[in-house]
Amino acid sequence: MNHVIETRGLTRRFGDFTAVDAVSIEVGRGEIFGFLGANGAGKTTAIRMLTGLLTPTEGEATVAGFDVYRQTEQIKKNIGYMSQRFSLYEDLTVRENIRFYGGVYGLRKAALRDRSADLIDRLGLRDAADTRIVTLPLGWKQKLAFSVALLHDPAIVFLDEPTAGVDPITRRQFWQQIYEAADAGVTVFVTTHYMDEAEYCDRISMMVDGRIVALGSPAELKGRYGVATMNDVFVRLARGEA
Amino acid sequence: MTVPAIEVRNVRKTFGAMEAVAGLSLDVEKEELFGVIGPDGAGKTTLFRMLVTLLVPDGGTARVDGLDVVDDYRMLRTRLGYMPGQFSLYQDLSVEENLAFFARVFGTTIDANYEWIRPVYEPLEPFRKRRAGALSGGMKQKLALSCALIHRPKVLVLDEPTTGVDAVSRSEFWQNLSAVQSTGVTILVSTAYMDEAVQCDRVALMQNGSLLGVDRPQAIAASFERPLYGVRGRSRNELMAALRAHPKTHSVHPFGDAVHVAVSAPGPSPASMTGYLEARGLQGVTVEQIEPTIEDVFMERMQTTG
Repeated sequence: MNHVIETRGLTRRFGDFTAVDAVSIEVGRGEIFGFLGANGAGKTTAIRMLTGLLTPTEGEATVAGFDVYRQTEQIKKNIGYMSQRFSLYEDLTVRENIRFYGGVYGLRKAALRDRSADLIDRLGLRDAADTRIVTLPLGWKQKLAFSVALLHDPAIVFLDEPTAGVDPITRRQFWQQIYEAADAGVTVFVTTHYMDEAEYCDRISMMVDGRIVALGSPAELKGRYGVATMNDVFVRLARGEA
Repeated sequence: MTVPAIEVRNVRKTFGAMEAVAGLSLDVEKEELFGVIGPDGAGKTTLFRMLVTLLVPDGGTARVDGLDVVDDYRMLRTRLGYMPGQFSLYQDLSVEENLAFFARVFGTTIDANYEWIRPVYEPLEPFRKRRAGALSGGMKQKLALSCALIHRPKVLVLDEPTTGVDAVSRSEFWQNLSAVQSTGVTILVSTAYMDEAVQCDRVALMQNGSLLGVDRPQAIAASFERPLYGVRGRSRNELMAALRAHPKTHSVHPFGDAVHVAVSAPGPSPASMTGYLEARGLQGVTVEQIEPTIEDVFMERMQTTG
C-alpha cells in the first residue's frame, strides 16, 4: 500500500513544552482520516508540520512522498488546504478566486482557463461566476472553497474544522463532496468537533496532550471502549479515563 | 402574568436589499434558557445585536428586562451580558487583566463579584497570569463568559459560544450555563450543535430572518410527521442510493454511523425495508424505526421552506 502520509516519532517542542510527542501514523491513498483531539491537544502543530509550515524538532515524516524537513516547497505544491476561517476572498468574484488560487498553485494560463470554466460548470455557478463571494449562500461558498483546494490535483487535502458553525444540511452536503474526492483517490485529512462527522471517516486518530492515544476505524474504537457513539469515545479519551 | 425578560415585537432590519430580520416577534420568559438555531445567514447575529443595543432596528420594538433597546439603551447595557461570536477579549492582556478591565468598565471589581462568577472562573484561576491569546479554545470561552458575567447582568446573550470548541469543553460550558441560569439569569443562546439545543428550555428555529417555530426541544422533535427509520449497513453510499430509490422514501440523510430515512405514512415495516435492501445486494443491513431528533426536524423544515 502506498502511504500518502507517513510519520515516525514526529515531535515538536516549544521550549520545554512538547506540543507533538512522537506521533507515528500512516494514511493511505483515498482514505478519509479523522484527526481528532481536544482544543490545545496539538492538532494544529501537527498539521503545520505536515503541510510544510513548521520544521519538526525530531522524528521523520513524508507527505505525498516528500520529506517535511527538506522538501517543504514540493509538499505545498502537492497538498490542498481549507479551513472554516481561511478559504476564499469574500470581495473577489467566483472567477477571480479561482484565477487567484490557480496562480498561487502555479497552474499555467491555458490550463487554468480550462479548469476554471470546467469547475464553474460542474458546480452550476455559471450565472454567479462574476458575483462577489460575500453574497453567495454558505453552501455554495463551501463547495467552491473545497473545489478550489483541489484545483491543482493534490494527492491530499487538509481540512481544518471545515464545518465549524455550519448548519446540519450544509454540513452533510459538504461531506458528500468529501466522499466524492476520496472516491477519486484524494486522501482527506480532516479535523472536526462534530462527533457525528467522526463516524463518516474511514479511520480516526485521537490526540491527547500531543500523543496519539487511539487509532482505528470508528467501529473498532467504539468496540474497544465498549461505548455506543464516537462522542463517548472522545469524552473518555480526552478526560484520560481510558 | 410577569413581564417577559425579552419581548420582541415585529422587529425588522435590512442591509441594502437584504432583509436580515423580517418582522420577527418573540418572548423569552424570565430565567429561561432559550436557544436559537438556524443556518448561517438566518439573521441570528443581527437579531442578537439589536437586543444588546449594538444595532438599531428599522422597525418594530424590543424590550429586554423591561427596557426598550433604543430609548433605554444606556440603562439596559448595565443589565446585559453579551458574548459575540468572535472572540473579543484582549489577547495581549492576561486572564486576570481582562476580567479586571470588564469589571471596571461597569464600575465594579473582581472581588465584589467573585462568588458570582466562581463556578465559571475557578478552573481558570491557575492560569490567571497567562495571556488570553495563549489560552485553549475551551478556556477562552470560559474567560469570555466570566467577563460577560462580572457585572451581574440580568440577561445573558451568547452568539454561538461553542463553535470550534471540543466536545468535552462544550459539555463543561453548558454545565456552567445551567449554573448561571439557576442564579436567576435569563439566557439567550445560539448554537450550531443540536446536542446543545436539546439542553435548552425552549428552542426557536430561525431561517431567512423569520422564526419557523418555537417550542420545547422534545415538542419540536415530536412534531416530525413521518415514520423515521435508522438504517445501518456496510457501504453507506450504496445504502443511501438504494434508500433514495425506494418508492415511499421522502428524505435520506447520513446521521453518524446510521442513515436516517423518512418515508410517507404508513411506512413499510422494518422487515420489508430490510428485504428491499437485501434484494439490491446490500449486506449486513439493519433497519429500525426510531424517534426523530431535533436535527431531523430542523433539516426537514429547512428543506421545505428554504
